[in-house]
Amino acid sequence: MRKQIPIYFVLVSGIVMIIQYFVPSEESEWLFTYANDWVIVIGIYALPLGIYSLVKAEFKKLKNPGEAFYAGVLLFGYFIMVFTGLTRASREAASLHMVLFNNILIPIQATIFSLLAFYIASAAYRAFRARTILATILLLTAFIIMIRLIPLGPLSELNQWLVTKILTIPNMAAKRAITMGVGLGVIATCIKIILGIERTYLGHD
Amino acid sequence: MRRRLTALLLLVAFAFAAVSAQEAMPDTTGPPLPAPPTNVRVSDKPDDTGHGVIVGWDLSADDGAGLDNVLAYEVYRSDAADGEYVKRGIAVKGATEYEDKDDSPMKNGEPNPGFIETGKTYFYKVRAMAAGSTYSEYSEPGSGQAVENWFHVGKVPILFGVIIFWAIVVYFIFHARKGKEFYVRPLAGINAVDDAIGRATEMGRPILFVLGTGTAGDIATIAGFTILSRVAKLTAEYQTPVLVPVNDPVMFAVSQETVRTAYLEAGRPDSYDPDNITYETAMQFPYVAAVNGIMLRRKTATNFYMGVFHAESLILAETGNIAGSIQISGTDQISQLPFFIAATDYTLIGEELYAASAYLSKEPILVGTLKAQDWGKAVLMVILVLGVVLISLAIPIIKDMVTVNL
Repeated sequence: MRKQIPIYFVLVSGIVMIIQYFVPSEESEWLFTYANDWVIVIGIYALPLGIYSLVKAEFKKLKNPGEAFYAGVLLFGYFIMVFTGLTRASREAASLHMVLFNNILIPIQATIFSLLAFYIASAAYRAFRARTILATILLLTAFIIMIRLIPLGPLSELNQWLVTKILTIPNMAAKRAITMGVGLGVIATCIKIILGIERTYLGHD
Repeated sequence: MRRRLTALLLLVAFAFAAVSAQEAMPDTTGPPLPAPPTNVRVSDKPDDTGHGVIVGWDLSADDGAGLDNVLAYEVYRSDAADGEYVKRGIAVKGATEYEDKDDSPMKNGEPNPGFIETGKTYFYKVRAMAAGSTYSEYSEPGSGQAVENWFHVGKVPILFGVIIFWAIVVYFIFHARKGKEFYVRPLAGINAVDDAIGRATEMGRPILFVLGTGTAGDIATIAGFTILSRVAKLTAEYQTPVLVPVNDPVMFAVSQETVRTAYLEAGRPDSYDPDNITYETAMQFPYVAAVNGIMLRRKTATNFYMGVFHAESLILAETGNIAGSIQISGTDQISQLPFFIAATDYTLIGEELYAASAYLSKEPILVGTLKAQDWGKAVLMVILVLGVVLISLAIPIIKDMVTVNL
């Protein structure tokens, strides 16, 4: 019974939202916005659960010597940001909360993002090793694409033509094939969920 | 003296008369004016919420012919035929239509004069514009109403596509329920799941399952939950912990329930540890830092990446590679697939992510839906080939049938 009610709810909601997609009226638009607002509301209710999990897990890690330092830093940062962010004045740029946010958190995030440049180089090195015929074709194609921005004199025009052909014909065909497959997969998954065939996300009876 | 005064008065009067006459006479020295557009008609804009109309007209006689001096058309609107007309927009030379739509009753806290009310009659006039900001006379007004539509005609091809695909799915589910077995081609990434979990068990290390940085509402994340369920069931049987760090509170709740259920179904409810499913942060790169930390500190033997991924995909996969983990990835994000293919051992490409659940469970009904996906692709291929052949022969019947007007 605990599982039946959500399945019926999903069935009715799913069919209503399918109908909504084909009805352009104002009421239909309102229903769509209303349903999406509920997703946000549910997210807000679930947030305390997440925060509880985070704090509990980090306190537990404090007992483990290998993880205690990182857990300590995380909890210290967490409580500092919570307490400095409690007042209305914390939204101002000069407040301690915003100073910490802009001068510690943002640069740390940018640092992690910048790691991507090095990882692209190391991943490309592995991917482009010409060990098989397919890997060799990939290497050659990548080389042609990469040198398109380098001035090559009279060869530039030929290279640009080749790059355009590669990107607009085989590359585009593959991307569209994947997109079509994804589209069918999404519809099939939705049907399975709406009809209650796929119900693992609902938990146990 | 008197004669001189009279002559002066006459001269002044003459000068006044001449100036007045000049003001009243039309300027015949400027460029010639274009002829006005004709036959202005107003119709409802189809497939909308009832706040738009389409204004149509016949071209000015001087647009592309005659004086050929028309540069654009100006469209004016009024609430009454003889009321004050307000400019709504400009259409370029050669255009015979203008779409007037506005569904905001208020603008900056005040009533929006441009708002189009459903069911109210509006009057439109159009005039042609030529060089030097010269204009034709206004056309005769045309009137019409915006109507609320209850069916999106432009989406009919999608509706037919969905109905056909549903029919195929239901057909295969029906046959699967009757016990028919279907052959599905093997997927290397799925076949490797058992080996990857076995390897983690032998090494005595945990398994990491990353659901990506999407939300619980993303279909790819839901597909990730179903794969997590199958993987957690196997890990419960092998007595290997599965770590699930998530970036969304709703995903956190669903993941806990999914793993708990899998352990119950495997007959190992006592082995379930809710602390292995953790909420990290909702921010993208702090989440990456948290997951990378787990990989390097806990030395995870196997990493699964299943769901929606963005720029973090390669950072995660390369860190897992450095940690020496076996990695199986799957996403429907085309821009991230090359990164996963380059950096992980096995990748489920696009639709394979959605098929993985059926492969892992081997349940006949789920495999039936997989077969339906294959048939759906076959139908699409036939339509594509037919469409290419027919459009090459200048027969646009397939193109017209599948064109969607959103």
